[in-house]
Amino acid sequence: MSQVNDAAAGHYGDRPWLAPGAVPFIHIQGVSKRFGDFVAVDNVDLEIYKGELFALLGGSGCGKTTLLRMLAGFEEPSSGNIFIDGADMRSVPPYERPVNMMFQSYALFPHMRVEQNVAYGLKRDGVPPAEVRRRVEEMLAMVELSDFARRKPHQLSGGQRQRVALARALVKRPKVLLLDEPLAALDKRLREQTQFELMNIQDKLGVTFIVVTHDQEEAMTLSTRIAVMDAGRFVQIGTPTEIYEYPQTRFTASFIGTINMFEGTVVRDGGGLALDCADLPMRLALPEHFDGGEGQQITLAVRPEKIRMSKTQDAGGGAVVSLPGKVRDLAYMGNLSIYRVEVGKAVVQITAPNQRRLDQREITWDDEVHVGWDTASALALTE
Amino acid sequence: MTRGLQTALARLQGGWQSVVVLVPYFWLLLFFLVPFFIVLKISLAERIIASPPFSPLFQWAEDGALTMRLLFDNFVWLWEDELYVETYLNSLRISIVSTILCLLIGYPIAYGISRARPTARTILLLMVILPFWTSFLLRVYAWIGLLADQGTINNLLIFLGVIDSPIRLLYSEFAVYVGIVYTYVPFMILPLYANMEKLDLSLHEAAADLGARPLTTFFTVTLPMTLPGIIAGSLLVFIPATGEFVIPDLLGGGNVLMIGNVLYGEFNANHDWPVAAAVAVALLVVLVVPMMIYQRVQARESGI
Ligand SMILES: Nc1ncnc2c1ncn2[C@@H]1O[C@H](COP(=O)(O)OP(=O)(O)OP(=O)(O)O)[C@@H](O)[C@H]1O
Ligand SMILES: [Mg+2]
Repeated sequence: MSQVNDAAAGHYGDRPWLAPGAVPFIHIQGVSKRFGDFVAVDNVDLEIYKGELFALLGGSGCGKTTLLRMLAGFEEPSSGNIFIDGADMRSVPPYERPVNMMFQSYALFPHMRVEQNVAYGLKRDGVPPAEVRRRVEEMLAMVELSDFARRKPHQLSGGQRQRVALARALVKRPKVLLLDEPLAALDKRLREQTQFELMNIQDKLGVTFIVVTHDQEEAMTLSTRIAVMDAGRFVQIGTPTEIYEYPQTRFTASFIGTINMFEGTVVRDGGGLALDCADLPMRLALPEHFDGGEGQQITLAVRPEKIRMSKTQDAGGGAVVSLPGKVRDLAYMGNLSIYRVEVGKAVVQITAPNQRRLDQREITWDDEVHVGWDTASALALTE
Repeated sequence: MTRGLQTALARLQGGWQSVVVLVPYFWLLLFFLVPFFIVLKISLAERIIASPPFSPLFQWAEDGALTMRLLFDNFVWLWEDELYVETYLNSLRISIVSTILCLLIGYPIAYGISRARPTARTILLLMVILPFWTSFLLRVYAWIGLLADQGTINNLLIFLGVIDSPIRLLYSEFAVYVGIVYTYVPFMILPLYANMEKLDLSLHEAAADLGARPLTTFFTVTLPMTLPGIIAGSLLVFIPATGEFVIPDLLGGGNVLMIGNVLYGEFNANHDWPVAAAVAVALLVVLVVPMMIYQRVQARESGI
């Protein structure tokens, strides 16, 4: 989707935050939320631009829902300011904010039929009945619930309820849509289809989305930017590529995707610096971006798909790391396999595409192998 | 019949469960259905000077045949005498108005309690239940002291200079309303509270989020969701209030006639057990109708 809307929205269509003079649509300024002594959101700053599909990613209880609830107006920030479309949201009640929220618990009205649930917001805006009916039908068709319009929420499955909640939030076409785990209960096909629809709606209506998700794949495919949260703070904010390829901390690196981490001390080795890791039989060359010095404790991180494996030793040299090991375990995933290779006292995880059939593969259990990667593919993490 | 019962019992798995289920049924049979049929039997009898003062249902006729005498005179009498019809209507009017007053007073109280912090909630609930710890009669007599011409309220109003001479509070319909609403408002609050406590607050947030102002949220979400509590509470007030006789007797002082007073009079003063029984049966019919409507509504709710 990345380049699709460039033509429509100008050169910066997909990266509005890069456009010169861009004004953020949502501006979160030093916002904190305390519940008694407990700090749920801790002095957060964030700028989100019009038309973005912004993903909030983080472990359970890290404050994602609390942040959304402050945007929707259900919680007052303990300190800090929130601006939406230039307007200060302090003491603006939820029903007057240009924001709709899809609740993590769905919060469907149990006494109303599906169609009444979806129509509720439109009726509050005084939309004429004929148009209400049309838009409700349209929205129910989109979430594939046309046949269930006359049911009550308790007569629906979990996934169906989730779609009603989604339809109810989407039908009002607000300026900002807050989605709290919108697709968690959907099956793969429907999830992909709904993701596509979300992107479509974003394209067509210029709605700004903030999506909370646990699913990193979803965050990667869906969003323009991702904020990784931990204990009420943002650990890193960036495009999906930045977050995946250049995580700045161990937390981000291990939270998004899998990654091999080697902890050790930086030592002088020949001409340059290298990592001395107690678990490994040899020192590891450091990537060029590392600008620390000798004696520093750091973590070298390498993604499993960036590691090569062969029965013969690599050429070696300055730009490549090569280590001897033994295959301890392997898991067949269909399109690719995951190998766990014992190197010294460490276990290195490697993913490789299954270019041959299972029974014809070259490397299998207990094989002696050499694992290696380009030093440029690794990351030196200090935090 | 026995087979139906057997399968029903088998479905309950295990003897203890069936005992647990059967005990309340037995209780209802013994203390509700049997007395009801006795009252029904008396209502179809004739008043005689004897003990007990009504004609028996079964009698040996002279030719040795067992005869059963069912007299519907009492019910015809109730229908034809204006006093009874008027009193029934009066009772219904008083209990309907009282139910509405209880709802108007009880609803905000129940809502307030259900939204209070847990510690305050226990205290507030206790305060609702507290009056039950003293005798009902005592509390009604206390109202006489409050409402009488020389009572607390009149004295206070005179002291404050609002009025010059006592206003008539006691022995009026007003006093009866005060008494009924005061007595029955806890029966409205408790089922409403039980219902509101379960109310999911996120529904209010969802409504607000979709653009509903607080008042709209109340009418479109809160009120429909608390309807079961409203119906339960209203029935708990309406049914006993219709048959009430102590409150109109003590606070109405003979100026306010409710069907319970008529029943009491027929039974105790007139010693006309059959008419008194007919009044009771007719009252039951009047009360069963709204209950059946309620059942129907509930059945439809739990259906589609
Ligand atoms: N009303 C409240 N009172 C006290 N603590 C609260 C309240 N609401 C949230 N918290 C706490 O704040 C923290 C953040 O909660 P939040 O719901 O924002 O988490 P989350 O990131 O959405 O988690 P999840 O992914 O599990 O939904 C949690 O530790 C939670 O216990
Ligand atoms: Mg949450």
